[in-house]
Amino acid sequence: MNKNKRNSSRRVLPGFGISLGYTVMYLSLIVLLPLSAAFIETAGMGLEGFWNAVTRPRVLAALKLSFGLSLIAAFVNSVAGLLVAWVLARYQFPGRKLVDAAIDLPFALPTAVAGIALTAVYAPNGWLGAPLADIGIKIAFAPPGILIALMFVGLPFAVRTVQPVLENLDSELEEASAMLGASRLTTFRRVILPVLLPSVLTGFAMCFARGVGEYGSVVFISGNMPMKTEIAPLLIVTELEQYDFHAATAIAVVMLLLSFSVLFIINMLQAWSNRRTGHSRA
Amino acid sequence: MSLSAINISKHFGRTCALDKVNLEVKSGQLVALLGPSGSGKTTLLRILAGLDYPDGDGEGRLLFQGRDVMDLPARERGVGMVFQHYALFRNMNVFDNIAFGMTVLKRRERPSSNAIRDRVMELLAKVHLQGLEKRMPHQLSGGQRQRVALARAVAIRPQILLLDEPFGALDAKVRKELRRWLRTFQEEEKLTTVFVTHDQEEALELADEVVVMNNARVEQSGSPQEVYDHPASPFVIEFLGNVNRLKRGRVQPDGSVTSLYVRPHDIQICKHLQGHTLEARVLHVFSAGSVGRVTLEYLESGEMLEAEVPRSEVDSMHLASGQTVGLRFRHIRIFTRKGETSTQELIEVPYEHEA
Amino acid sequence: MAKTVHPRLLSPGFSRAMQDPKWARRLLCGTALLFLALLLLVPLAAVFTEALRKGWGAFFESFNNPDARYAIYLTLLVAGISVPLNLVFGLAASWAVTKHDFPGKSLLITLIDLPFSVSPVVSGLILVLVFGVHGWFGSFFNSIGLQVIFAVPGIVLATVFVTFPFVAREIIPAMEAAGRDEEQAAIMLGASWWQILHRITLPNVRWALLYGVLLCNARAMGEFGAVSVVSGHIRGETNTVPLHVEILYNEYNFVAAFAMASLLAVLALLTLVAKTALEWRIQHLEKEAVTERTRHRENEPAA
Repeated sequence: MNKNKRNSSRRVLPGFGISLGYTVMYLSLIVLLPLSAAFIETAGMGLEGFWNAVTRPRVLAALKLSFGLSLIAAFVNSVAGLLVAWVLARYQFPGRKLVDAAIDLPFALPTAVAGIALTAVYAPNGWLGAPLADIGIKIAFAPPGILIALMFVGLPFAVRTVQPVLENLDSELEEASAMLGASRLTTFRRVILPVLLPSVLTGFAMCFARGVGEYGSVVFISGNMPMKTEIAPLLIVTELEQYDFHAATAIAVVMLLLSFSVLFIINMLQAWSNRRTGHSRA
Repeated sequence: MSLSAINISKHFGRTCALDKVNLEVKSGQLVALLGPSGSGKTTLLRILAGLDYPDGDGEGRLLFQGRDVMDLPARERGVGMVFQHYALFRNMNVFDNIAFGMTVLKRRERPSSNAIRDRVMELLAKVHLQGLEKRMPHQLSGGQRQRVALARAVAIRPQILLLDEPFGALDAKVRKELRRWLRTFQEEEKLTTVFVTHDQEEALELADEVVVMNNARVEQSGSPQEVYDHPASPFVIEFLGNVNRLKRGRVQPDGSVTSLYVRPHDIQICKHLQGHTLEARVLHVFSAGSVGRVTLEYLESGEMLEAEVPRSEVDSMHLASGQTVGLRFRHIRIFTRKGETSTQELIEVPYEHEA
Repeated sequence: MAKTVHPRLLSPGFSRAMQDPKWARRLLCGTALLFLALLLLVPLAAVFTEALRKGWGAFFESFNNPDARYAIYLTLLVAGISVPLNLVFGLAASWAVTKHDFPGKSLLITLIDLPFSVSPVVSGLILVLVFGVHGWFGSFFNSIGLQVIFAVPGIVLATVFVTFPFVAREIIPAMEAAGRDEEQAAIMLGASWWQILHRITLPNVRWALLYGVLLCNARAMGEFGAVSVVSGHIRGETNTVPLHVEILYNEYNFVAAFAMASLLAVLALLTLVAKTALEWRIQHLEKEAVTERTRHRENEPAA
C-alpha cells in the first residue's frame, strides 16, 4: 500500500520492464559473459604469465605486422576515402549511383570470398599479380598482399564516415570563402578540410580497428609464414588449434584492449566534432 | 464530469515544474491554463491525462467527479487528448486515425464496423472534413490536422477533453477561425475541457475560466473579466495584456517595494495641462488602425508610457511628436510587496470630461 | 549510415563557388574510379571468372555433391536462427531505449555496439572459453549431452554474436526519430501494448527494420572468422558455405571453391541492390517529412 513508490516508478508507455529485462539478459548472455571470460582467463595467468605470453618473438612479430599494416591501410584509405567521397558528393557523372552503391561491397561480400578473390587477382599468375611479378613486385603471399586485403575491407568505413559530412556541408561556407578571394585549393585546405577532419579521423580509427581484427580476407593472401606474414588473429587460431588457450587468450586480450581504446577514441572524436559543429545531439 | 487536482507537485531532477498546485474544473466548463513557457502548465495537463505522474510524496490527488483516478493508467481514464503537434498516426489515413480508439476496444465492447463507420462520418461532418477520410496526415494542412486530432480524441466519447497548445502551430487567420469553431464544438458536446496556452488573448476570448500559472504555481484563477480587471499580482497584470509600469517611490523606508500599473487604454490625454494632470511629452504617434497608440515620456521621471486613445481623439487633438500634453489615469493599480507578502490597492480616478 | 537527407535533394545543383575547375574534376574523378575499379571491381570479376574457368558444366557440378548441399543448408539454417533472434532483441532493445528514460541508457547503447569492435576470431575464441569442453559451462553442457563448440549450436552462437548489433542499431535511430507522441496518443485512446506495437510503432520503423534484417542476414550468411574458430571444419556437419569455400580452396579445387564463392557474391550483390533501394525509400520518406515540416511551419494549406 505504498502509494509513493508506485507514483514515481510508474511509466506511461507499457512494456518497459519486459523489454529492458530481455535486452539486458540477452546482452549479458551473448556478449558480456563471453567477453568477460577472456579477461577472467587472463587474470588467472597472472601478470607475469600474461607478459611472457605476449612478448614471445612470434607474437610480437604478428602484433607488429597487424598493427603496422593496419595503420598504413587506414592511412591510405583515409586519403582515398576522402577522394572517393568528394567525387561522389560533388560530381555528376554517368553511373554515379552505381559507384555509390558499390562502395559497400566490402561490407556485403563475405570476407572469405574477398580473400580468395584478391589472392586470385594478385597471385604471381593472376591478372594483376603476373605483370607485377614481371617487374619484380610480389603482392600475394607477402606484406603488400595483406595491405591490399586490409584496404579492401576498410574502404567503406573511410568513405561512409566522410561522405555525409561532405554532403551536408553548408554551401555558404565555400561561397563566403570564394567571395573573400580564396582559391579553390585554399578553400579546401582552410575551410573544408578542418570541418571534415573529425570524420576523416573517425574513418581512420574504424579502418584501423577493422584491419587489426580482420581474418577472413587476409589468411588466403598472406601466406601465413611465422615471423614474416603471420597476422595476430591467425596466430590466435594457430594457438587454439594446438589447444594453447592461455597464449590465444593473451593475444586476444591485447586486441580487445586495443579495440576498446579505439572505440573510446572514436567516441571522443564524435563528441569533439559535435562540439565543433555545434550539434548537441548524440 | 467535474475535475479536481489537489496539491500536485512535480520535479524534473532539481527543477520544480509544479509546486503544490490546485485546480478545480466544473462539469462542462472550458478552462484555460495560461502561462509563459516553463510555468508548468503542460506538465499539469499531462498529469491530468496520465502521461506524467506527480512526485511520489502521496499528497497529490486527482479526482474525476469525486473519484480518485491517480492510480488509473492513462488508457483507462477515459480522457481525450489533443497533442500540441497532433500526433496523428502517420501510417493511417484520416478515417483510420479517427476510428482507432474504437477499433482497439475489446471485441465485446467494440462497435460493429458499420457503427464505427457512422461515428467517424458523423465526426468528420462535425469537424467540417467530409470527403477527406482517405487522405494521409501529411496531405492535410495544419488546421485540418488539428481537427482530425480533435475528432480522434472525442471519438471515444471521453468525459474530459484536454488540449495542449491547440492553436500553437497555426497561423493567425486559421487560429482565429478554429478558436471560434472550438468554442461552438465544446458547447454542443458539453465536454469538460482544459486547454493549455501561452496566448493571453486566446485564453481570455475562449475560456469560461482562466488559470494563470507562473513558476510552477497558480497565480490566479477566475473568469476572464475577473483576472483581467482584478489581477491578483504584478505577474498577472503584466502577463494579461499591455500595461505600463511606473517605478515611482520604488523602495519605501520599511523595505517594501511599490509598483504602479496603468493600462494603455486607461490613460487619457488632454491637450492642455490642468489641475490634476501629469505632464508628458509625445514621442511617437501610431495611428494606423482603430485606436491610436501614443508613446509618451513622463517628464517627472523620464519613464516611457504607452497610451491607447480613440482615433478620433488623436485626429481632433492633432497629436504630434514633441508636443507637451497632460495625462490623466482612469485606473491605477498599486502593488506593494514587503518580503513575501504582497498587497494591492486600486485607485479609481473619476472620469472627467475635458473642459 | 546513408540516412542523412542530401541537400542536393532539396536544392538541385551547386553554386559556382562550389565547383572545381574542369581539369581537377576530371583528374579526381578518374583517379577515384580507377582506384575503385582496381580494389573492388577486379576481385569481384575474378570470382565469377574463376568459377566459370572450366565452363558452366564444371560450375554446376560443384554444387552436385552432398557436402556442398549440406553447407548451403547449414548456412540457411544458421541465418534462419540468428537473424530472428537478433530481430527480437533489436525490437526489445529499441523499445526500451527509445520509448522510456532510465539511467545508464547511453552505456547500454554503447554495449550493444560492442561486438562490432571485436575481431571475429576473438569472438570465436571467447565462445570456446565459455562453452568449450574445458570452458566454464563445458562440463555442464557435456553432462546433458549437448555439444556446443565444434557443433551447430556453437556456429549459431558465433553468428549471433557477430551480427548482434545489426538490427538494433538500425531500429534505434528510426524509433528515436519517430518520437513518442503517437504511442502516447494511442495510449490515450485505450490501445494495449500489442496494439501500439503492431499498429503504430512497427509500421513507422518498417523500412529501417527491413534494412537492419538485410544487413544482419548478409553478415550471418557470410561470417567466416568467428564461425571458423568454433566449427571444427567437419564436412557435412559443421561446414557453412564460407568454410566450405576455404576447404575447397585449400585442396586446390579452385573451380568448386569459386563456384561456392560466387553464390555468396551473388548474395552480396542482391543485398547491395536491396540496400540501395531501401536507402532511396528511406531518404524519400525523410525528404517528405522535411518538406512536410517546412510546410507545417509555414502553414500553407494543402490543396
